[in-house]
Amino acid sequence: MLSLIVFLPLAAALALLALPRLGDTAARWAWVAVAAADLALVIAAWLRYETPTAGRLAFEEQAEWIPGVNSSYHLGVDGLSLPLIAMTAVIFLACAIFALRETDRARLQAALFLFLQSMSMGLFVAADLILFFVFFDLSIVGMYFVIAGWGHGNAARSAMKFFLYTFLGSLALLVGFIGLYIAADPHTFDMVELAEQTPLAGSSLAGGLVLAAILIGLAVKTPTVPFHTWLPPAHTDAPAIGSAVLAGVLLKMGTYGFVRIAMPMLPEAWRDWAWVIIVVGIVSVVYGALVALAQTNFKRMVAYTSVNHMGYIVLAVGAAGLVADDTTQARSVAVTGAVTQMVSHGLITGALFLLASVLQDRAATYDMDSYGGLAGPAPRFAAFFAVGAFASLGLPGLSGFIAEFQIFTGSIAAAPVTAIALVGILLTAALFLRALQRIFTGETRGRSVGFTDLRAAEVWSVGPLLVLSLLIGVFPRPLLAVIEPAAEVAVELVGR
Amino acid sequence: MAMRPLLLLPEIVLFLGGLAVLVSGSFLPRTRQGVTRVIAAAALVAAAILAAVDLAGPAQPAMEGTFTVDTATGVARIVAALGTLIVLALASDEIAGSPRESETYALFLFSTTGTLVLAGADDLLVVVVGFLLASIPLYGLIGIARTPRGAEAAMKTYLLGALFGILLLLGVTLLYGVSATTSYADLTDRLAEAPQGVVAASVVAVLGGLMFKAGGVPGHFWVPDAAEGAGGAVAAFLTTVPKIGAMVAAYRLIAMLPDTLAWPLLVAVLAVASMTLGNFAAYWQSDPRRLLGWSTVSQVGYLLVPVAVAGRSDLALPALLLYLAGYTVTNLAAFAVTTAFPDRRDLDSYRGMGRARPWLGASLVVALLGLVGTPPTVVFAGKLTTTAAAWDGGLAWLAVLVFVNTVVSLFYYLRWIAPIYGRGEPHAGTVPGALVPRVWSATTAMVTSALSLALGIGAGALWSVLSV
Repeated sequence: MLSLIVFLPLAAALALLALPRLGDTAARWAWVAVAAADLALVIAAWLRYETPTAGRLAFEEQAEWIPGVNSSYHLGVDGLSLPLIAMTAVIFLACAIFALRETDRARLQAALFLFLQSMSMGLFVAADLILFFVFFDLSIVGMYFVIAGWGHGNAARSAMKFFLYTFLGSLALLVGFIGLYIAADPHTFDMVELAEQTPLAGSSLAGGLVLAAILIGLAVKTPTVPFHTWLPPAHTDAPAIGSAVLAGVLLKMGTYGFVRIAMPMLPEAWRDWAWVIIVVGIVSVVYGALVALAQTNFKRMVAYTSVNHMGYIVLAVGAAGLVADDTTQARSVAVTGAVTQMVSHGLITGALFLLASVLQDRAATYDMDSYGGLAGPAPRFAAFFAVGAFASLGLPGLSGFIAEFQIFTGSIAAAPVTAIALVGILLTAALFLRALQRIFTGETRGRSVGFTDLRAAEVWSVGPLLVLSLLIGVFPRPLLAVIEPAAEVAVELVGR
Repeated sequence: MAMRPLLLLPEIVLFLGGLAVLVSGSFLPRTRQGVTRVIAAAALVAAAILAAVDLAGPAQPAMEGTFTVDTATGVARIVAALGTLIVLALASDEIAGSPRESETYALFLFSTTGTLVLAGADDLLVVVVGFLLASIPLYGLIGIARTPRGAEAAMKTYLLGALFGILLLLGVTLLYGVSATTSYADLTDRLAEAPQGVVAASVVAVLGGLMFKAGGVPGHFWVPDAAEGAGGAVAAFLTTVPKIGAMVAAYRLIAMLPDTLAWPLLVAVLAVASMTLGNFAAYWQSDPRRLLGWSTVSQVGYLLVPVAVAGRSDLALPALLLYLAGYTVTNLAAFAVTTAFPDRRDLDSYRGMGRARPWLGASLVVALLGLVGTPPTVVFAGKLTTTAAAWDGGLAWLAVLVFVNTVVSLFYYLRWIAPIYGRGEPHAGTVPGALVPRVWSATTAMVTSALSLALGIGAGALWSVLSV
């Protein structure tokens, strides 16, 4: 089941490459069909999903791969990964629909995104560190070609910066993985076994160093301050759907690594360094929001709010490491909030980046001051934009609120000082309201004149993302019912 | 101890094949020299098959214990023979019909034989023989194109080869002087009691000779010049095949040494010097072959990592062999792209190649990212296992430096990838005509890069063969 979910897009990508005579329209629709089929498979998996016993995974698949170093093809899902693969499938389908109207090298673009989808899905279901790393690295390669091949502005440079930076991160990660492998007895790369063994328990120096390598790798990808500098140029120059996938899916690979690898495998080191992680989280939240506030380029602004939103997740998982008996419940709420935030941020930021590209498409600029009174000529765009902005700033009734509320409830209970990060919410609210005001209100002027409203492909790609955010905001139960047991297990593991 | 010459059948077949090529080449008319290529290919295939048959059997000594036929020898034989076979495919475009066609093939075979002798050598004198047999044909090969740059490179290689050859002989003489034997079987114990200063100096000298062959620090100076000045097929050969024998020989040497001095540290320092120097020197090269030349210097650094922990980790030998096999395939794929466009000697002249020739472009991307060590290519599996071996053998810092260097290397490989998919046309004057690749080279590039991926995905099966 999982193998099919992971490799269906890849097979379709190869098929597209093998059919050079396929027309653009056919390639676009084939892409939509495959993405939809993959989403259907994920939904089927979700319906059949039953919470596995603690420390185990559902839908497990295992086959020998490199037995010499005890690395196997091992897949499985639990409450941490299932919501993320669902979110991934949704984002990629939205991108496929959004790209229906684009004309640039359709077949290649479809193949590249299907490849990227396979790698993203694979990463979230991988239960072997090497397999995880393979998907991690290949997703970077895929995204490099997306930015370099379909980007605008200074795309080559941004793509290079993105590649070098995240590749550096991935290698730090690999160093950490090898450290875990060597420390484990018997040597293994299997995530389930490593989480059971907690190989470096008892040696705080080695454990700290290995954790440092893994944290640097994940922090570059997430990104957190001070490793975030690749993000704004990559987003600014990436094509619309590239940005949506980058922010929606690829950034989650970093945060997912925290809960999947770092916390359960290195619990002792995680507890020792919890405060450092919390501080990095708080700094990311506040710094991301402040820098976003200073932007005049809308896409850059959304990119910086990603740093801010990822900061909440880092804060929450850091707080989960402050082990005390009376806060178990609270810490589990924080982790639940972190995973919810991954899903919610994926949906909302994906939608915002797709909307941002409408600005570029119609008026060739992201500069917010070039617009004004846009609500008049483009009411649908204004409405979608407003929903996305409110969701992002954490308005109750939308998914961002559910996530951030839980993060703060849990974190503040575990460490009251984390309340400093609430400033971030205030700043985000201010900057989104200001952006709404600048672009949409007042007299129609500048580039707003003659602005064409959203087209069908845009409505049907952005709309579902926002509707899902609303659904999660109003009926969070089905999602939380999947995440909560896994979050409890994660908190229990880190408390060992 | 018996001679058992049949165990050396692959080497014998290659050498006789070389002679047959040489003789038949002198009798065949100029227009039918292509026959010699078929003879050479047949000898290589036969050697690889014979080696595979030996590989299935247990490890056995030959030539009175001076030569070992074990997994390492077997794998080196197969990889070197098939590597040379791939080089022959590249030569089909470049050398076919040229005045010295059969001589080139004969020299390829002789040099490959030398490499195989090095790989199996279990005695210092056999190492010397292998070194000379692998080196002397190489000097001829580099200069055979008769270009000014080729002549310069041949001269440089010859002088350095002479210097390091003498050093090697000096080292062997000294080791013999303090131990009264050249056989590895006896050296371990006797060197433990010998004066350590002499042992250290002579091991450094022997290792230096092997590093000349492998193209690593401190014997690397000839590699970039030869890669740039020699013909494409020769460049592909000299950056790939000699390393196989030299690295296996280095492994046997280090594994044999007694535990009296910090040998791992010595090799680790050479490894770091090689990878770092190769990477930084490759940074601003604009000629793709020179860039690859420097990149192979850095690859020797990675290959030395498992050598550093020889005998200290069970992973070391299989990791070395895996890396060698992966490196051979991947490096040849990259060179095949340069021989597909022999006139394009500037990175920028590849601009637009990805769109004009999508499959060839993809092959080059796979090859270059493969050299970086990106999964799922086979070099990734090699890098993973070599670093795991280093860590396992107590050199965790070396593993970290490997990854730091990998990041550094990414930059210059990307300098070549970027124009392939970049927009616009190449700068005026850098390029002649349309992007029409040579057929053999282009096919080889695609096959080898596909092989690099396939071996990476099937690394588990490969590993089980290597770690017998």
